[in-house]
Amino acid sequence: MTFTVPAQLETELDELLTHYPEKRSAAVMFLHALQDHFGFITPEAMEWTAARLGLQPISVLELVTFYPMFRQQPVGKLHFKICRTLSCALAGSYRLHQLFCEKLGLDCHQPGPQTTPDGRCTVEFVECLAACGAAPVLMCNDRFYEKVTEAMAEKMAAEHGFEP
Amino acid sequence: MSVVTNHSTTAVPVVKTLSVSVNGRWLAVPQTTAHPLTGQPVATTMIQACEIAGVTVPHYCYHAKLAVAGNCRMCLVEFGTPALGPDRKPILNPDGTPQIRKSPRPAIACATPVSPGMEIYTNTPAVEAMRRGVLEFLLLNHPLDCPICDQAGECKLQEYSVEYGQAASRSVDEKVHKPKQVDLGPRIVLDDERCILCSRCIRFTRDLAGDDALGIVQRGSHSTLTHYPGRPFDHNYTLNTVDICPVGALTSKDFRFQMRVWFLQETKSVCTSCATGCNLLIGSRENKIYRYVPRQNDRVNSCWMCDSGRLNYKWIGRSDRLTQCQVRDAQGQMQLRTWPEAIQEAAGRLKQAAPGSIAFIASARQTNEELFLIRHLARKLGAMADSAPRTGEGDAWLVNADKNPNRLGAAIMFGLDRSALPVTSDTAPAAVGSADMLVGPGVQLARSGQECPRSIMGAAAERIGAKLPKIAEGIGRGEIRTLVVLGEDATKHLGAALLGRLENLIISDILPNATTPRAHVLLPGCAHAEKRGSFTNAQGRVQKFLKAVEPPGQARPESEFLVELVRAVTGEQFPQTVEGLFNRMAKETVAFQGITWAGLGDLGQGIAVEVLKT
Repeated sequence: MTFTVPAQLETELDELLTHYPEKRSAAVMFLHALQDHFGFITPEAMEWTAARLGLQPISVLELVTFYPMFRQQPVGKLHFKICRTLSCALAGSYRLHQLFCEKLGLDCHQPGPQTTPDGRCTVEFVECLAACGAAPVLMCNDRFYEKVTEAMAEKMAAEHGFEP
Repeated sequence: MSVVTNHSTTAVPVVKTLSVSVNGRWLAVPQTTAHPLTGQPVATTMIQACEIAGVTVPHYCYHAKLAVAGNCRMCLVEFGTPALGPDRKPILNPDGTPQIRKSPRPAIACATPVSPGMEIYTNTPAVEAMRRGVLEFLLLNHPLDCPICDQAGECKLQEYSVEYGQAASRSVDEKVHKPKQVDLGPRIVLDDERCILCSRCIRFTRDLAGDDALGIVQRGSHSTLTHYPGRPFDHNYTLNTVDICPVGALTSKDFRFQMRVWFLQETKSVCTSCATGCNLLIGSRENKIYRYVPRQNDRVNSCWMCDSGRLNYKWIGRSDRLTQCQVRDAQGQMQLRTWPEAIQEAAGRLKQAAPGSIAFIASARQTNEELFLIRHLARKLGAMADSAPRTGEGDAWLVNADKNPNRLGAAIMFGLDRSALPVTSDTAPAAVGSADMLVGPGVQLARSGQECPRSIMGAAAERIGAKLPKIAEGIGRGEIRTLVVLGEDATKHLGAALLGRLENLIISDILPNATTPRAHVLLPGCAHAEKRGSFTNAQGRVQKFLKAVEPPGQARPESEFLVELVRAVTGEQFPQTVEGLFNRMAKETVAFQGITWAGLGDLGQGIAVEVLKT
């Protein structure tokens, strides 16, 4: 197997294990750490996790497919996550999504995350980001943007990122 | 040979009961019942109480032999408990009965423990409305492809739809589509659209088969039962998931599209693939066997059986079966004969043979009754008789390393010095039942605590096949010149060269083997599915099996023609029915005394045999 986890990450994961009464309880945090490092979760990463936690790979696959924040395909360098739950939907998030897709040459009618052919940007509808009072909201990687206007969105899409 | 008496003195635990009512009828139910996996006492649930009351609560995910999951919601019932006053004592009605507080919410009967004075209602309008609602949800994305579904006819979804379903769907949306014809493993095909996600198969393979191979991926309406890619669902118990699947999601590749289940005639039988003797039902139609399914016997196989045993039925319908009585003429040519002619020929050869020049090899795959007749004949003729061991791989659960379904029966018939047989307690009650209960891999419950009326330790101490070298030696020295072989390939045990030295080789078998072409008299026998009889399994349980299909051609049950052979040789008339023969055998064999054919019932009866580790 060519899948190798860097020593430093492995040390961190070993430390992570000590936080939980049972090894299997660390599964979600393991997967987050591996996804942060590798960008997405490969079957090898799942099998590695299963072996480390004394689980069967099917149990890890169950987790990975259950939580939408775990992904099995790579995403762009910039990952736009646009909230589409009620408040944001009312405040125009569908228009924002459409705008992003148009600007980046993506098809807004396709389900799931859309990535530009150059691999730079991914646009994705997500469920509630827990800032309903400031709808519509979106996230670009780990940055959070509230009350996003069409102008802001166009700028973000055009400049591949945005400094408010 | 050691003789040990075994009088169990374990006190039977006092079962504490509590009183509950099911649909207005009060009954006492045990406070605790054994957990299906651990055997530990756990609180009795409402569904168990309803079962005791004889009231069926519709359910999908609940299975008495599996851990409770409580996910299908079909078993929702209403209930009430006695109202308690501030003093924690029941508030009484004016007529002195306790006041019942009906729970405002229903509860799932499979996971809710009963409590004293609880009233359970399973037939109220609210309960029926809940069942209709649950069923509507379960059918929301169901393909409704019963006409092409193998489960049709034994499908819980179909059955409850008749009672609680609706004629037309209220949904206007397109159904969610999921993978179809998923190749889960070498013996299982999965249709995910039919799956109701009850997780019975997951719990079975994780908790009982010990291979956590299946899981549900994705979420919500898209939830999909699957295995991990590249890891096929492949162990020796996978087909049990097809049995417990309440719908048509998991189907057996072997049985898929072969036969509608309502055409199948079901015959109670026993598996012959090893010494465990799993109880099963043979499904047959128009003289063809289509499938084996396990039949519940908590003393032997619970609800399960192994895949290898389940699929081991195809040889019965093989086209090269022996179907004709044949006798070798003076020119050495095999000639077809009728049964009376063939029996006369065999009897003549046996009668002419000098005392001590005859030997019998009767397979431990023959029934108790057949082996009894062989033993009788051998004694009358002063001949040696034995069976041949047949060993293979076993496992920690149902598969026994001993591949003879009736090794213990053969050991009782041939392996024992009769005079040395101890009968320890003839005055004890006739109820026998000390055999260990097998409930899962490696989980052997303690002895039931019943007293053993007899303990015939050492009955099987002498391994079957011990006399085979003596028989070979006898043939080699020219002392044994007549050999009777039932259901074994004698070339494997004695060598082909020795067989050539025999004057008489009388053979009965089912399929041709290396020995059958050498026969002087060849008598076609029957597979177990073509006759009735009994086997004694590895734990000393005598189990009967019934006839599912007709034997091909002239083939006849061995017990039938052995009775004729015994009469032709000795002039004695043994009972011609299997019942009569069994009862005669039981009377004349110490190990089986007190047991009758009728008494065997569907689940068999244990004889207290201690199998010494040989």
